[in-house]
Order: sequence, then C-alpha cells, then structure tokens
Amino acid sequence: MNNWKEKLPPIGTLGPFIALLILCIAFSTQSDRFASSENLSLVLQQVMVVGVIAIGQTLIILTAGIDLSCGMVMALGSIVMTKFAVDLGMPAPLAILCGIGVTALFGLVNGLLVTKVKLPPFIVTLGTLNIAFAITQLYSNAQTVTDLPPAMTWLGNTFRVGGTSVANGVVLMLLLYLATWFALRETASGRHVYAVGNNPEATRLTGIATNRVLLGVYVLAGVFYGIASLLSVARTGVGDPNAGQTENLDAITAVVLGGTSLFGGRGAIVGSLIGAVIVGVLRNGLTLMGVQSVYQVLITGILVIVAVAVDQLSRRGGR
Amino acid sequence: MSAQHNLVMQAKGLVKRYGQVTALDGTDFELRAGEILAVIGDNGAGKSSLIKALSGATIPDEGEILLDGKVIHFKSPIDARRAGIETVYQELAVAAAMSISENLFLGRELRRAGFLGSVLRMLDKKKMLEESIARMRDLKVGIRSMTQPVETLSGGQRQCVAVGRAAAFAQHVVIMDEPTAALGVKEGNMVLELIRRVRDKGLPVVLISHNMPHVFEVADRIHVARLGKRAAVLNPKKISMSDTVAVMTGAMPPDEIPAECLAH
Repeated sequence: MNNWKEKLPPIGTLGPFIALLILCIAFSTQSDRFASSENLSLVLQQVMVVGVIAIGQTLIILTAGIDLSCGMVMALGSIVMTKFAVDLGMPAPLAILCGIGVTALFGLVNGLLVTKVKLPPFIVTLGTLNIAFAITQLYSNAQTVTDLPPAMTWLGNTFRVGGTSVANGVVLMLLLYLATWFALRETASGRHVYAVGNNPEATRLTGIATNRVLLGVYVLAGVFYGIASLLSVARTGVGDPNAGQTENLDAITAVVLGGTSLFGGRGAIVGSLIGAVIVGVLRNGLTLMGVQSVYQVLITGILVIVAVAVDQLSRRGGR
Repeated sequence: MSAQHNLVMQAKGLVKRYGQVTALDGTDFELRAGEILAVIGDNGAGKSSLIKALSGATIPDEGEILLDGKVIHFKSPIDARRAGIETVYQELAVAAAMSISENLFLGRELRRAGFLGSVLRMLDKKKMLEESIARMRDLKVGIRSMTQPVETLSGGQRQCVAVGRAAAFAQHVVIMDEPTAALGVKEGNMVLELIRRVRDKGLPVVLISHNMPHVFEVADRIHVARLGKRAAVLNPKKISMSDTVAVMTGAMPPDEIPAECLAH
C-alpha cells in the first residue's frame, strides 16, 4: 500500500538547511538591516549559547532521552563560576572549571537516575530543572553577579574577519560541533550512542555496556551546558540567575528542527547547529520587524510541534 | 552414527532452582561437531533455562558445562561470547537505523591503524564494509548493499543479518533461540537455509524451536527437554513428528521409544 506518508523523506539535514535559507530570504525582504554583516554576526553571537546547549541535548535525544533541565543547569553553572571568582576570589580558570564541574555533576545525577533507578528521562530532568533553578536563586540571592575578571568574558570578545566581527565564543562553538560531529560519525563510542537510541536491548546483547554509554552521554551533556554557562557569562558580562529560561526550550527546538528524532537513534549533529541558527534567525528577524516577543514564543512553540509531527509521520512510513 | 563424535559442548547434571521451582533437575546436554541440534520441549520443560545456562545468561546451581572438554564457568553472555559462543535471539536484535555493516560489527568495531585509530579512535569503515560483504557473500545472503539501513530489509533479511553476525564471529557454537518465530513461511525458509549453511561451514548449531516442521527440516538430532531433564535424544529421520510431540508431552514414556528412533 503506497501511503502518501511513506513518501515523506526523513527530514535529514537538507530540509532544515532549506528552511533556514527560505527564512533568511524572507527576512531580508522585510528588513534592510537583516542581511547586514553586523546583524548576521550578532545572530551568531546570540546563537552560541543555545548552540552549545543543543550539542548536549542532541546527544541525549539520540539515546531516546530528553533533558528539560539544560537551560537551568546552564544558569546554575554561570552563577557558580561567577560567584566563585568574584565572592571567593578564585582565579578565573579554576572558577570556570568549578562551574563546569557543577553542571557535569547535574548530568551525572540525571544519568544515574536514568540508568540505575530506571526513571524516565522526562521526569528526572523535570525534577532537576526545578532543583537547579531553586539552587541558582538561593545561592545568588536572585542577585546578578557583576565585576567579573576579564578572563571570564574573553569568549565574548570579537575579532574582525574582513568586514565582519566574529566572537571568540562562536569559533569555540563551531569547534565543539566539529569535534562532536567527528566523534559521532567516526568513533565506536559515537556509533554506540546511535545504537543505544535505536535498540537498547539489542545493543546490550552485543556486549556493549549500554548504561555506561548513557551515563557518559548525560555527563558529557552536563559539560557542554557548563561551557554554555561560560559563553552566556561572556556574552552578557554578568552572572545572571534568570538566564537559561528561553534557552531551555530553544535548545530542544533547535535539535528537533535539525531533524534529530525524539524516538532516538536518528539524526545528525550538523542539523542541531542549523536548528539553533534557525531559532536565532527567527528571534532576530521578528525583532527587527517589530514583532512582540510573546509572538516569537508562540511561533517557536508551533515550530517544534510541526517538526515533531513531520518526524513522527516520516518514521511511521519508514517502518 | 557412531559414538566417536567430537563433543563440542557438553553439560552434566545441570540444576537450576528459582525459589521453590526447579527449572533444571539434573539435565545433560551434548552438542557434536558439525551438527544442528534442535532443542524442543513444552513450556516449563527447562528448555530456556538450559539455553540460558549454555549462553551465560544464568549461572546453574549445580552441574558442569564443558567446552571442548574443558570445564567453563560463564558469569555473563559476554563471557560466553569471548569463549566463541554466539546467540541469536527471537526478537530481531538489530539497530534498525544503522547500516548492515555497522550492525555486523556493533560492539567489535575495527579501528584504523596508526595515529588515526589509536589517538583519534577513528573507525575503519572501509575495512568493515569489505569484510561485511565478504562474510555475507560467504553465507550466500543475497543483500544488495551493506551500507543500506537494516530497516529497509524485510524481517527475514534482518534475521539473516543477525544469524550472519553470529556465524561470522562465533568460534565454537551458534545458539539460535526461536530464530524463525517472528517470520512468515518464505522468510522462515530463508533463515533455515542460512542455518544449514552455517552448519556446513563447520559451526555446530543449537536450534531452539517450537516449530516442528522447521525442526524436522534442518535438525540432525533432537534433544527433548521434559520436567527439567533430558527425556531423550531423537533421530528425526526415523521418528515421526507426532511421536516426537508425544515424547515431548509425556504421552510416550522414554523407555517405550523404539530403539531405532533414538539418536546415537
């Protein structure tokens, strides 16, 4: 039976890329400033935090999990590193490592609850989302941390390539994507992440320690959130206890828009980068057009559902 | 058949208790070189407990298992695999979105030589692909491309990939737990044909099956499990299917089986 759904190709990476192109063309007809090089470099700087969170989120979604705590853990990391540096007078590199350590610890907790206690990732991370938020507020007294050492904001500095300014953090983000792309495609550990997402039982039976793969993925995602903490601090110049609120859903949106299946085992990391840029372009373009931010939230919400629906329908056809 | 066959795998007096229930009550088991040994039995006859003990999935309480005449103690399926025993499961145990070649090498990937492999831990995809093609051609599995995702295959072809994987890596024994149960008639025959080829390549096969026609089509000997013991080992060329079922259910006591129907 040739159902129309069977003819839907899996989203792949070409789909999101075309969507991004269409979006860019549409916005440049609506606003003269959109396609300017300053604006596009601004978009990338806005994207770098979500982009790096999305790497961790992609790894988790590839294993058929989900991490709702990503943005809040990122916020906690940025409060820890800035307060350690400013209040405790810790040298910046050490404070940064402590911040990343805390986010990795949250990843470890998520991972242990998923692998050892066998709780669903959705519920586990919904819990840690609130825990991370509460600790952030308590530890920071809901106060922004200022007067940061310059080393903490270095990634926010820009250098010029031709006529365009590029932030150091954007380069770091691209390097992290490159490294993850290589690891997922070309190493056994990377292929095992896909295998676990595809068929955990079959993967276990081939002798792969699936729980170790899962735990590794959650901890690694925590490390990526920690790096995102630093990028967020660098971009805003402060430790902000209210950071991470839009990033939380934006990161999931980016991954899904990028064609990674929420059912696990399918997707490419490049897609998440394109997805993150789509989210960034959308927010930026709508702002330039003078659309209220509430509508931006509305549109992102609709977008996730459409992307998930396409994923769901094309999978059903493929089986 | 003479009694001079090489025993590849042997179990003596295996006992396995789960609380009050005795799943294995001193069962024996013998697998000879180059044969397909079918293991049949009613539910609760101790068939799956026996297979679990042989494949390392459970540790028997008493008795011993010998591989090539040496006593072995498996603590996990991984131990069994290291000893050269591969198991194929009833459910199609493959990663659907991954390629055939990746599935064949899942968990034992080959890495590149030199810096790329040892430091960057880079996979040798080309070599894995070449070996996949060679091994599947060896088993005459007619699949066009080893780079296509497993989900593009039919159920029977997927099971052929699983059987092919086991056959390619097993050094000693391949255990197949109901490999045709989830398949249609034609697909089931395709897998049976493959099982025969695995045996003809010299690997002994333990085939657990409920499907009597399948058992009679490929088995060289039939091990009948009953009440946690081995009731008899039958010769499928001499005994009828209905008598076999009678032995299995206890309607025909082992001492009433005609001597020529027993496998020696």
